Amino acid sequence: MTEKQITLTIDQQSVTVAEGTTLLEAARQIGKEIPIICYSDKTTANGLCRLCVVDVNNGRVLQPACVATCSADAQVDTRNERVERSRRTILEMLNASVNLTEAPEIQTFMEDYGVDPQRFPEATQREHPLYDDNPFYVRDYSQCVTCWRCVQVCGEDAQYTFALTLDGRGFDTAVSTLFNVGMTESPCVFCGQCLDVCPTGALKPKIEWGLEQGLSPDEIRQTTRKPKKQPKHQE
Amino acid sequence: MVLTHTTFETLLQPYVGRGRDALLPILWDVQTAFGYISPEAVQAISYTLRVPESEIFGVIGFYSLFYNEPTAKRIVRVCTSPSCAIDGAHHTLEGMCRHLKVSAGQPTDDGEILLEGTECLGLCDQSPAVLISTQGQGESLHANVYDGAAFLDNPQAFSYQNIYRSEVGILLGKSASPQPHYHALAKSLAENNPDDLIETVRQSGLIGRGGAAFPTGLKWKFTRATQSFPKYVVCNADESEPGTFKDRVLMEENPHLLLEGLAIAAYAIGANKAYIFIRGEYPEATRILQQAIDEAVAHNWLGDAIQGSAFSLDVEIRRGAGAYVCGEETALFEAIEGKRGFPRIKPPYPTTNGLFDKPTVVNNVETLCNVPLIVLQGADAYKQYGTEKSSGTKLISISGSVRQPGVYEINPGLTLRTLMDEYCGGVIGELQAVLMGGAAGVFMTPEEMDVPLTFEDLRAVGSTFGSGAIMVFNHEVDLVEVLQSLGHFFKHESCGKCFPCQLGTQRQHEILHRLRAPIAGDAVRLVDIGMTMTEASICGLGQTAATAVLSALKKFPHLFTE
Repeated sequence: MTEKQITLTIDQQSVTVAEGTTLLEAARQIGKEIPIICYSDKTTANGLCRLCVVDVNNGRVLQPACVATCSADAQVDTRNERVERSRRTILEMLNASVNLTEAPEIQTFMEDYGVDPQRFPEATQREHPLYDDNPFYVRDYSQCVTCWRCVQVCGEDAQYTFALTLDGRGFDTAVSTLFNVGMTESPCVFCGQCLDVCPTGALKPKIEWGLEQGLSPDEIRQTTRKPKKQPKHQE
Repeated sequence: MVLTHTTFETLLQPYVGRGRDALLPILWDVQTAFGYISPEAVQAISYTLRVPESEIFGVIGFYSLFYNEPTAKRIVRVCTSPSCAIDGAHHTLEGMCRHLKVSAGQPTDDGEILLEGTECLGLCDQSPAVLISTQGQGESLHANVYDGAAFLDNPQAFSYQNIYRSEVGILLGKSASPQPHYHALAKSLAENNPDDLIETVRQSGLIGRGGAAFPTGLKWKFTRATQSFPKYVVCNADESEPGTFKDRVLMEENPHLLLEGLAIAAYAIGANKAYIFIRGEYPEATRILQQAIDEAVAHNWLGDAIQGSAFSLDVEIRRGAGAYVCGEETALFEAIEGKRGFPRIKPPYPTTNGLFDKPTVVNNVETLCNVPLIVLQGADAYKQYGTEKSSGTKLISISGSVRQPGVYEINPGLTLRTLMDEYCGGVIGELQAVLMGGAAGVFMTPEEMDVPLTFEDLRAVGSTFGSGAIMVFNHEVDLVEVLQSLGHFFKHESCGKCFPCQLGTQRQHEILHRLRAPIAGDAVRLVDIGMTMTEASICGLGQTAATAVLSALKKFPHLFTE
């Protein structure tokens, strides 16, 4: 079966791709990397971080390169003024809300787009307690960018465990368990896939976190043996 | 109600064997019976519908009218959207709090009452509006609540009567028949030619009345042409745009006109199932519509083999649960499917992949109500109303500083000035500004009042009909307060899916909140936030969450001086 080929222009360069190719893949073919946060090859693309937006035919709105497909004869700008403003502003707003110190990829984007770390003074930060409720990993949602990847691999993109969900709405959206119970009370099977896809320091192996806290491996083991808030679950 | 195994069993019995799409109805039943949805309830629902518990928890957390913690026997919500806010809604809420010696958000010690502020309730012409949820009974909507204490003592005294006027009387007024006749549906069935029917609607020039102004006939044509089955028709009755109440009035005054339009749409595209998705804040319209559906089924204008034809149609009402974003068509599908109301990426469009991934027509209430007339009188007769590009009449919800606010059915082409001065009894005091099209709309100045009210003329001056909402503000209105109310609205209603809107509505709210004591650079920040939301958000909510603010920056720059 031969796929239908279409030709379009990306940043003044002519590109020919199979129909159905995303703008992200087409741009990669000519060596153009488009910044992305939520996208991962392990999860269904939801086009929600919008960092990958590009300008197609100077349209009314910008298009998310991770899910928008190529159309014949399209004129695509992967980095013009409109695109730069959106990317920079998204990064500045995110930086004002979330602790991004342990997100090296996002730090690189911030440098690339000239982000002013003080752009939004007096902005409300997302604050969450550190959840240290199981022997395997800790959750620090003050570092969470709500990319959905962990919820996706916990559910229909991989594990079908459904330990994680999203709670709240808008700026207050947060990853949560059922009624916010501890991980050992949730259906979590500790497969570790959520840690694998987390793009920030929000999910971290307990051992790594403990070492960062200056604890010895023995001390870390001791803390993990102590269930924090669920004594009735000791068996 | 006492929480027992038996009460759950009785409550869940009708849902046994059903799937996830029954989630919102079931959550409504539990919320109404118990005042909240407990972990035990979530577990029972999970078993009944075979949906993971965590997902049910996530759905509860998305909708404002659902609670996952005990509340009170009565939840009393005072609307604080612009038209109510400038008419003293905050004073009403404070009066209630003083009367009960509680603060908003805290239930009384005896667990009787919980007071809250809420977004637009669709009674902007009879402000301030209040919505009560009573455990075991459900919702009731109340108007003109200036005295909070008196209201709490006797809410029944604060009922509302719809205020509407129509010169032509197509949708409301003169020709509105209290008895169902369904002549247009009978004609469609007799002619037995859906393609011609769609062509007539297309020729009429009817364009959608919900805000996006898409040609209705074209939408039907695309959906009919899609070779995938079954197909669905969905009536979008999730009217939540602040300042808009015309669909509520239309449903309450003329429910059979909507059902007839819905049935014709279903017949035209080949659907046998239709949903009316109505916002949870409209209890009276829901009751009236359900009664009308029952009457229509009893007379075989809905149901199986309608009037002996081969066409059958089942119409089901679905109640929203407090989420403005569900007025976005794909978020609305998600809500019907029992999920968090997140908008989907488009394309694919609903005409090919809509509700349950099937071809779906989504039409606004007012749009569907225009259809019977087009069918009965033909496209040319219909086009005698309005202009070439804005055919038919248009319903306007007007509120704020005019002497006679209410719903007006206008012949498009008259000017804003004529509407306010000659139809609405004039502006009270001196005109300062008009907000066209609701919270997602555009501010206009007193110098712009001679613009003819048509889709094309408004677009030409960078304005919009939007949902047909017009909020009028006189010299006494504090526009800063109005902007703050809009900022709060979008922050509260952003679904949280895409970063530009999730973060932008929060940042916009923060800057508008400090508008009287701004930080240097705030005006430029608002432009960057606004343009980013407009150009990079997934759906219409985010893309218009800054429209009013950006227009205020242009037309009332003095509000933003540092």
